[in-house]
Amino acid sequence: MSESSKPKNPVAAGSPTPESPVQGAKAAETQPPERIAANAPAALGSVETGAGLGAAPKITEPNPNELARWNDQVLRRMRSQTRRSFVVGGAAILAGWAGWHWLHTRREDGGVSWPLRRALDVNEQLARDYFRSKRLAPDFHGKAPLEDRVNGDLGLEDPIDVEAWRLSVEGLAGRPEPLNLALDDIRKLPRVEMTTEFKCIEGWSAVMQWAGVRFTDFMAAYPPQTQSGDPLDIENSPEDLPPYVGMATPDSTYYVGLDMESMLHPQSLLAYEINGAPLSDEHGAPLRLVTPVKYGVKNLKRIGTIRYSRARPADYWAEEGYDWYIGL
Amino acid sequence: MPRLEMRAKHPLAIRWCHWINFPLLAVMIWSGLWIYWANDVYRIGAGSHTLFKFFPEGFYTALGLKGHLAEGMAWHFFFMWFFALNGFVYVFYTILSGEWRYLVPNRHSFREAILVTLHDLHLYKGGLPARKFNGAQQIAYTSIILMGCGSLLTGLAIYKPTQFAWLAKVLGGYQAARFEHFWLTIGYVAFFAIHIAQVVRAGWNNFRAMVSGYELVEEGSRE
Repeated sequence: MSESSKPKNPVAAGSPTPESPVQGAKAAETQPPERIAANAPAALGSVETGAGLGAAPKITEPNPNELARWNDQVLRRMRSQTRRSFVVGGAAILAGWAGWHWLHTRREDGGVSWPLRRALDVNEQLARDYFRSKRLAPDFHGKAPLEDRVNGDLGLEDPIDVEAWRLSVEGLAGRPEPLNLALDDIRKLPRVEMTTEFKCIEGWSAVMQWAGVRFTDFMAAYPPQTQSGDPLDIENSPEDLPPYVGMATPDSTYYVGLDMESMLHPQSLLAYEINGAPLSDEHGAPLRLVTPVKYGVKNLKRIGTIRYSRARPADYWAEEGYDWYIGL
Repeated sequence: MPRLEMRAKHPLAIRWCHWINFPLLAVMIWSGLWIYWANDVYRIGAGSHTLFKFFPEGFYTALGLKGHLAEGMAWHFFFMWFFALNGFVYVFYTILSGEWRYLVPNRHSFREAILVTLHDLHLYKGGLPARKFNGAQQIAYTSIILMGCGSLLTGLAIYKPTQFAWLAKVLGGYQAARFEHFWLTIGYVAFFAIHIAQVVRAGWNNFRAMVSGYELVEEGSRE
């Protein structure tokens, strides 16, 4: 405790009477000025109690010396209050700075200090709790002009021969070895079209029309090994599905990890057409992932491998400091 | 010689919220700039004529804002919780304590705000109301809270545009929400500049009250 907080003066020591130099804001503002004025002499003058018991206090006129003493005391109290507040404020600044420094100097986990990585993970858990497949991205079919924007060619450096291309699917029910599928195998599945706003993690977005197959239809045709070993039942026991899907380009230089809930979203497509034409090489021919529940970085182009997984698959950009989940 | 008194002005909770908000908002703006840099499309201009680009190359270089998108997102999505929480505490406190009465504008505030502005520009010589917050302050301090709500809502719409598609739609779409989020931030910076200027003008007693809670007044004065 600082010296000033001791009740040096019985009047200044926060007595509830109007004599206190410290006025509550409310009291001051609810009191009409007349009342303050009426109290002023009482507060200014010294209060002398009579010698005898029960004698009424006698109020004297204020005198300049007493007023100066009073003001001096108010100033001193103000100074000590200010000093105390600045000391507390300074301590808070130091604590804040220490916290900031601590956050900056932690071990890195996936390219970002671990407390921030933990925060991203917590955000992910909250987002996954909130996630519902029935919440759809708006469809802009006929409502907005189609755009065409390309960004990123990771894993697309080598030329692609669409005829020779095969999709390798790993983790299928009762099938320890991968299954290789041609584009025609995919095209046989129900065709779906959607016109959605593709969103890049950089901040731009573009309305594009896609055609392909729903991932749920793909999964129904090529069911993964369930966790229980029972036959796949997407409708009734989605929790029995492998919790993750990993995808990679044929050369494995670009790879993404996806949570199963996102893949069950009806707008998560394995797409083979963009804006009414087969995918160009730069858009990820012959087959790519398109989903409006993830930023573009997860919408892997030129899929070489799809792997159902119990463990969380590696993700190219999550290793570079980005959130693993980045769900939209 | 007037008689002095210490008068409680700003409650403890409001002072803490105010000062905690300062570094939090700074971190949000800073990490926001890291994110914005990755797609810095906004400008002031008409057609092909650009008056001012957000932001000039030198701005990014001088402040070291380039190439930090991943970090920017990580910091932004960490501190957003504290920014929101502090704002909620402030709003709930002002409601429960009754402090909102001093802060929320009333039907006289707008006229008064014009007088205050003219007064500050030395165009109006008349006296101003001596209250805790004048009309201009009431409008400013209430607006900044509404702007905070706007930042949270536009931020949420950008953060989860599919799961909160309804919100993005209400805000005019995904890109509109991003645009609004950006301009709200510019609004904070403008607020900050005026706020600092006004605090400097108002002087030490006023500033001290935001730190210590008390102002030194002459007894009987209304302010």
